[in-house]
Amino acid sequence: MPQTTSRPTVIAADQLTKRYGDFTAVDAISFEVPAGESFGLLGPNGAGKSTTMRMIGGVSQRSGGTLRIMGLDPEEQGPEVRAHLGVVPQEDNLDQELKVRDNLIVYGRYFGLPLSYLRPKADELLDFAQLTDKANARVEDLSGGMKRRLTIARSLINDPRVLLLDEPTTGLDPQARHILWDRLFRLKERGVTLILTTHYMDEAEQLCDRLIVVDRGRIMAEGSPSALIRQYSTREVLELRFGADRNAGAAEAVEGIGERIEVLPDRLLVYAHDGEAALEAIGNRGLSPLTSLVRRSSLEDVFLRLTGRSLIE
Amino acid sequence: MSSQQRDPATGERDEPPATVPVPSSSTGQRDGPAYLNSRLVPHPPATSAAKARRFGTWYLAEQHLRGMRGYLDIVIAYSVGNPLVYLFAMGIGLASLVDANSGGGAFGGVSYLQFIAPALLASAAMMTAAGEFSYAVMSGFKWWKTYYGPLATPLTPQQICQGHALAVTIRILAQSAVYLVIVLFFGAATSGWAWATIITASLAGVAFGLPLMAFSASITVEKGQFALVQRFIVMPLFLFSGTLFPLSTLPWFLQWIGWISPVWHATELGRVLSYGYAEPGWLSALHVLYLLALAGGGLVLARRVYARRLEG
Repeated sequence: MPQTTSRPTVIAADQLTKRYGDFTAVDAISFEVPAGESFGLLGPNGAGKSTTMRMIGGVSQRSGGTLRIMGLDPEEQGPEVRAHLGVVPQEDNLDQELKVRDNLIVYGRYFGLPLSYLRPKADELLDFAQLTDKANARVEDLSGGMKRRLTIARSLINDPRVLLLDEPTTGLDPQARHILWDRLFRLKERGVTLILTTHYMDEAEQLCDRLIVVDRGRIMAEGSPSALIRQYSTREVLELRFGADRNAGAAEAVEGIGERIEVLPDRLLVYAHDGEAALEAIGNRGLSPLTSLVRRSSLEDVFLRLTGRSLIE
Repeated sequence: MSSQQRDPATGERDEPPATVPVPSSSTGQRDGPAYLNSRLVPHPPATSAAKARRFGTWYLAEQHLRGMRGYLDIVIAYSVGNPLVYLFAMGIGLASLVDANSGGGAFGGVSYLQFIAPALLASAAMMTAAGEFSYAVMSGFKWWKTYYGPLATPLTPQQICQGHALAVTIRILAQSAVYLVIVLFFGAATSGWAWATIITASLAGVAFGLPLMAFSASITVEKGQFALVQRFIVMPLFLFSGTLFPLSTLPWFLQWIGWISPVWHATELGRVLSYGYAEPGWLSALHVLYLLALAGGGLVLARRVYARRLEG
């Protein structure tokens, strides 16, 4: 599918706010997503990602600001907005009383789609989700990864151009995650706009063209994964472990090596352009860490820099 | 919700063909799953929204009825077994003692079987409603979260509420029809109007069930409330609604249970319809109005609770 230079805006949020009593879950955030982009909301649990997703999905009323999905206000034109979307919720809410294939067909009926479309479409989607041989199985007999794939297949029944994914791979084993990523990547290649929340940095790096880092309901930074890493971190990171009680003490001795040092409870992070050189410098000072590891900077480091906390707590 | 609102889409007549032609060269070479090269094109989102706005309640009822198919054997066993048990035990067994000792005058000149049949019919509708509007509601919100799937589609929270209510109403109507056939088989209804007791009994079911639905939707932690409803609301309503004996034979301080009970109102209507029990026309009208008011009030309240809880 050819990309045009001026892509229409799919989502436009301006000063979007959600309050529950005294608690502000989403605090005046603004962002725009053009068609075809993969847009991520990265942040720890409780950052306000899911609340934002529910407002975009037209199932939660905002407390302030404006929000337009395909130019429509989800509060006034909820059914019209939701008709455009495919939604993969954080928690699987498949219909346990229905069989696997019927879950797809019944869901499609909510969009008013006729059975002449839904029956063959369900078979295609089962194939896409690698669940063809489970078509007549009961939902409760599926593994966690299969349920997740069925939920994604279900969200595609109306052939949406915009897909909302809330923590799509949380709780899945690595292999199941890679299958899902492959499927999502194929959808992205097909021009589907993906909006996803995650607290996995690798997922954000794999799937997102651009993302916002969210913490406590606010946007801390915005950009592509590589640009964010360039802006907020060094090229490489040296991870050192001196033993639980000695990390803080060793930090003083390491001072001056690299551009920045972070002390975590279990390890020391030395941010440097050249990790190996930093490690050599540490050896020259007569320090001998129990373990050392040089790696590329990741979004985890960006988050740590921005908030002083880890993504997964 | 009139019958003309039925979705034409199920008839699949006015739908455009679901496939569009593609060049033959591209059909043979498939890269990856068929979904990615699909020729199946759905109608546009605006059509989805328009259809959902009109027929959403029916779509959701369809889902519930499909779900009930999963326990259809139990639904049928209940619908047939329940009347058989009660009619044999009370309409035949207990009746043989009652009729022998009452001299025939106690129940307005009809047999005990005829007297209790409309009451059993209405009570059965209430009992089914008690199950379908309590645990099933909790399951939709909390246990299986089945309400949250459709919530992400063009359907509205109000339609999710109404669709559930509609499906249960259909089940109660079907169950009452089966019940009436068995009542007729026992020779317990003589009037040509007996068929209408299907409607009055079902009305008792929704008049009791829809307020219960609103209550169930407001519960966030189920710690035995539904069992209490069964024991201290459903059972007293069954026993003290002029079901097994005329309400007037109860002491005055218990008669109010009958007056507020949907089962009593539907039972009295059922007696008028199934054997011509004589009561003033205004009283029959009052029964109907009371049942409609309970059902309507319950639905309004339930819609509100659903919207608040699902869109919070």
